[in-house]
Amino acid sequence: MTQKNLELAVGAFVALGIAAFFLLALQVSDLTSIGDERGYRVTARFENIGGLRVRAPVTMGGVRIGRVVGIELDPQTYEAVVTLSIDPRHDQIPTDSSASILTSGLLGEQYVGLEPGGMDSYLSEGDVLRLTQSALVLEKLIGRMLTNTAGD
Amino acid sequence: MSAILARLGRAVLEQLTRTGRAALFFLSLLGALSFMIRRPGLLVKQLYAVGVLSLPIILVSGLFVGMVLGLQGYANLVDFGATSSLGTVVALSLIRELGPVLTALLYAGRAGSALTAEIGLMKATEQLASMRMMAVDPFQRVLAPRFLAGCIAVPLLAGIFTAIGILGGYLVAVEQLGVDDGAFWSQMQAKVQLFADVINGVVIKSVVFGLVANWIALFEGYEAQPTSEGVSLATTRTVVYTALAVLGLDFVLTALMFGAW
Repeated sequence: MTQKNLELAVGAFVALGIAAFFLLALQVSDLTSIGDERGYRVTARFENIGGLRVRAPVTMGGVRIGRVVGIELDPQTYEAVVTLSIDPRHDQIPTDSSASILTSGLLGEQYVGLEPGGMDSYLSEGDVLRLTQSALVLEKLIGRMLTNTAGD
Repeated sequence: MSAILARLGRAVLEQLTRTGRAALFFLSLLGALSFMIRRPGLLVKQLYAVGVLSLPIILVSGLFVGMVLGLQGYANLVDFGATSSLGTVVALSLIRELGPVLTALLYAGRAGSALTAEIGLMKATEQLASMRMMAVDPFQRVLAPRFLAGCIAVPLLAGIFTAIGILGGYLVAVEQLGVDDGAFWSQMQAKVQLFADVINGVVIKSVVFGLVANWIALFEGYEAQPTSEGVSLATTRTVVYTALAVLGLDFVLTALMFGAW
């Protein structure tokens, strides 16, 4: 094999290796979603967010329209303040929409589901969702059930 | 009784001196690496030998490993109705463990053994000694290019293995078993983290494994008894020691990176 063909083969090999890493970074890992913050942000306050995590999806009618970008605790009210980043394509969400924390499937991850309201004004940057429903915490449910049956 | 003790002592001392020689060998290798800046041309031939020629086995094994992961993952996840997590399962197992580990094992069999045999034969036919006679340092001229080429090739091969494995898993899961295309990729992207998984798993592990695999291969060749039997023994030892070292180191690295404490 001549020196030129040798160099050609090695060059192709190195290029293939680098391409593989690009594929891993762009297609497989979360790199693409790091820049996914062009959306407008709204906040919602929850009493209890259960197992919700940052980067969890935000859906409406089952369609993903954004993601959770921040979770903080309000030191005054002891409520969880969840910041949602919503894709600007979905800019016609009524301001009185309600947010609830739901679980996908029995064992799935938790996400924020939005239910559309009836107002004519639409959500925009910095708005707050007033109507929220906290995550269902299994222990509390069982506890409530036990006290109810004890009362009967 | 004392004879047995003496034999044990001798074995331990021999192992110790061997470990010391391996460490000194490694230092000389590192010292000779600067020579590669002056003669980068030497690298190309070695990259071809250990990298390009290892591609077929890496591509084929990666594809099949990914396909098996797809099948097995599906068979287990379908009971929980969680087949949408199949992408995560395939990608995480390949990125964190199988990609770098299997690449290093295959590399030891395909390229490491060849390196040992080559260096061993060079030693047996006194090529290394004659180089020294001509004031050519075999570390700079023979060993350093092979070492550097191997250390570059292994991470690249691991990346290729992982990528083709994920594509293999995708083929089986989406094309054959009917898992949703979007769920496969989006669940994968949601769970695989660039720094915690890809950099830690594929990149750091394969760099470490590449270093170790090539170090062992070259050292065994360099230390081989200069007979045909000695070279064949050294080749066997390369594959066995590399496999043990890679699997042991993999546990340590996994405990450091992903172990929770």
